[in-house]
Amino acid sequence: MKILVPVKRVIDYNLKPRVKADGSGVDLTNIKMSMNPFDEIAVEEAIRLREKGAASEIVAVSIGPAKAQETLRTALAMGADRAILVETDDQVEPLAVARILKAIADEEAPGMVLMGKQAIDDDCNQTGQMLAALMGRPQGTFASLVAIEGDHVSVTREVDGGLETVKLALPAVVTTDLRLNEPRYASLPNIMKAKKKPLDVKSPADYGVDTTPRLTTLKVEEPPVRQAGEVVGSVDELVTKLKAMGAVA
Amino acid sequence: MSALVLAEHDGGVLSAATLATVTAAAALGGPVHVLVAGGDDAAGVADAAAAIAGVEKVLVAQDAAYGAQLAENVAPLIAGLMDGYDAFLAPATTTGKNIAPRVAALLDVMQVSEIISVEGPKTFTRPIYAGNAVATVQSSDARLVITVRTTTFDKAAATGGSATVEAVSGPGDAGLSSFVGLEASRSERPELTSAGIIVSGGRALKDAETFSQIITPLADKLGAAIGASRAAVDAGYISNDYQVGQTGKIVAPDLYIAVGISGAIQHLAGMKDSKVIVAINKDPDAPIFQIADLGLVADLFQAVPELTGKL
Ligand SMILES: Cc1cc2nc3c(=O)[nH]c(=O)nc-3n(C[C@H](O)[C@H](O)[C@H](O)COP(=O)(O)OP(=O)(O)OC[C@H]3O[C@@H](n4cnc5c(N)ncnc54)[C@H](O)[C@@H]3O)c2cc1C
Repeated sequence: MKILVPVKRVIDYNLKPRVKADGSGVDLTNIKMSMNPFDEIAVEEAIRLREKGAASEIVAVSIGPAKAQETLRTALAMGADRAILVETDDQVEPLAVARILKAIADEEAPGMVLMGKQAIDDDCNQTGQMLAALMGRPQGTFASLVAIEGDHVSVTREVDGGLETVKLALPAVVTTDLRLNEPRYASLPNIMKAKKKPLDVKSPADYGVDTTPRLTTLKVEEPPVRQAGEVVGSVDELVTKLKAMGAVA
Repeated sequence: MSALVLAEHDGGVLSAATLATVTAAAALGGPVHVLVAGGDDAAGVADAAAAIAGVEKVLVAQDAAYGAQLAENVAPLIAGLMDGYDAFLAPATTTGKNIAPRVAALLDVMQVSEIISVEGPKTFTRPIYAGNAVATVQSSDARLVITVRTTTFDKAAATGGSATVEAVSGPGDAGLSSFVGLEASRSERPELTSAGIIVSGGRALKDAETFSQIITPLADKLGAAIGASRAAVDAGYISNDYQVGQTGKIVAPDLYIAVGISGAIQHLAGMKDSKVIVAINKDPDAPIFQIADLGLVADLFQAVPELTGKL
């Protein structure tokens, strides 16, 4: 079984984003960029499935600027076999990303698409579900456990009420939650080897997808800042203040 | 703009998240209909939905295929009903987040995720970058698919309405997926996302036993729900559905007490809209103090039991 793993280049999760003064977006100049953490988990899970013999080939895909090659090289260094960059400098919305991935899935015929449940920049949490709809295939979102059972996959999902398990016919789209696994670091020899692995560069037009956005961002602002309050000196003072505020009876 | 709202329900009970979603739908300015898709208990939920103030009509699709809210079955049902509506709205709960994008793709619509305000018929605000920025976006799609951050909208009154109830049907079982089981964490406590007070514990709580020894008595005393940081959940102190944050639950109680939580941006994203925030942490430089209304720099193993005793 082939596994397709879409990965996105985003601001490093340790950094606090700053909004541009002109309100046009978030300032990403000279900011460290990394693979979206959920996608890293997806790459790791694909590798583990291959190690268990459930998968034969892992193809990493990214849709983004030329620099997204670095993100793909990271996936290759972790263990993906080859990569496809669909290069564009435009902002591509989840729906258009899903359309491009659908076209790639038509060509590659993967048994599973494993991807992050959301990107930590736009926080949309949509692309996997959209891709599954376009493919007419089932979706296992927010996965914390993935087990291949013949021509099905059992997915345990992190839902508001606890953990839900569903059984999906393959091919299926699975989106990862944080507790699915802990991604490995790429070793130096593997980073060197990754440089020689195949990486195809395509364009959205190669897949016949129009990436014109449907949503216009009118402005981006800082959220209202919460002022730090006061530091109290003792539990007694805390109790007195809480009562004075009416926060406790 | 006529709007269809997906009712979220569990065990025959309509969720409070649905009530907040109705408020967001009403802000679009047109009639609001509610869809109840479910198994045997759908009829009872439909009656509850019909009583929500401001709802004009309730559509009820009763079919075993909709019982577990499988997106593969429910999304085509919704897409099939959308000819009569300008907008579809679902709460941004794990159920809504699972189903709505699938509906959006079937309708060829770019979803607007987790809106926190309605600025116009097609203009909304939504948090991005873990809530470190707020974007105002305008859709150019003919129809809208929206998920709603339910903590930022008031709940519509659960009674006072008298909507008509109409049975509808859809394609039923798509034959792609099946529900195996739910490992539910049941508790007597208030539900996290609608609780008035939350006591939340972090990595500092050491292990599951210590977490419950320290946090539970304080929560009991206050009639509070219990929450946790991701570090506490990852370390196995408590199960995943207690996680507050960017990738956990978004909460906005009247009082949020953060115990032994450092205040990483991903955690703050889930609780910074709480009315009063109290932080107890031994590190005076912990970022949580930058947003806390009341901070206590102390060893939690002494401070929390003392606080429990003195309240
Ligand atoms: C993509 C992504 C998504 C994430 N989503 C979430 C999310 O939704 N929710 C979330 O919470 N995190 C999330 N995280 C993790 C987040 O970055 C932090 O790692 C996590 O919140 C830290 O949890 P913590 O504050 O309990 O632990 P720590 O950061 O280790 O803090 C422990 C705190 O306890 C204090 N302490 C220790 N001992 C004592 C004592 N005896 N008395 C008093 N204080 C003490 C310390 O001073 C410290 O401040 C996410 C991370 C990533 C990468």
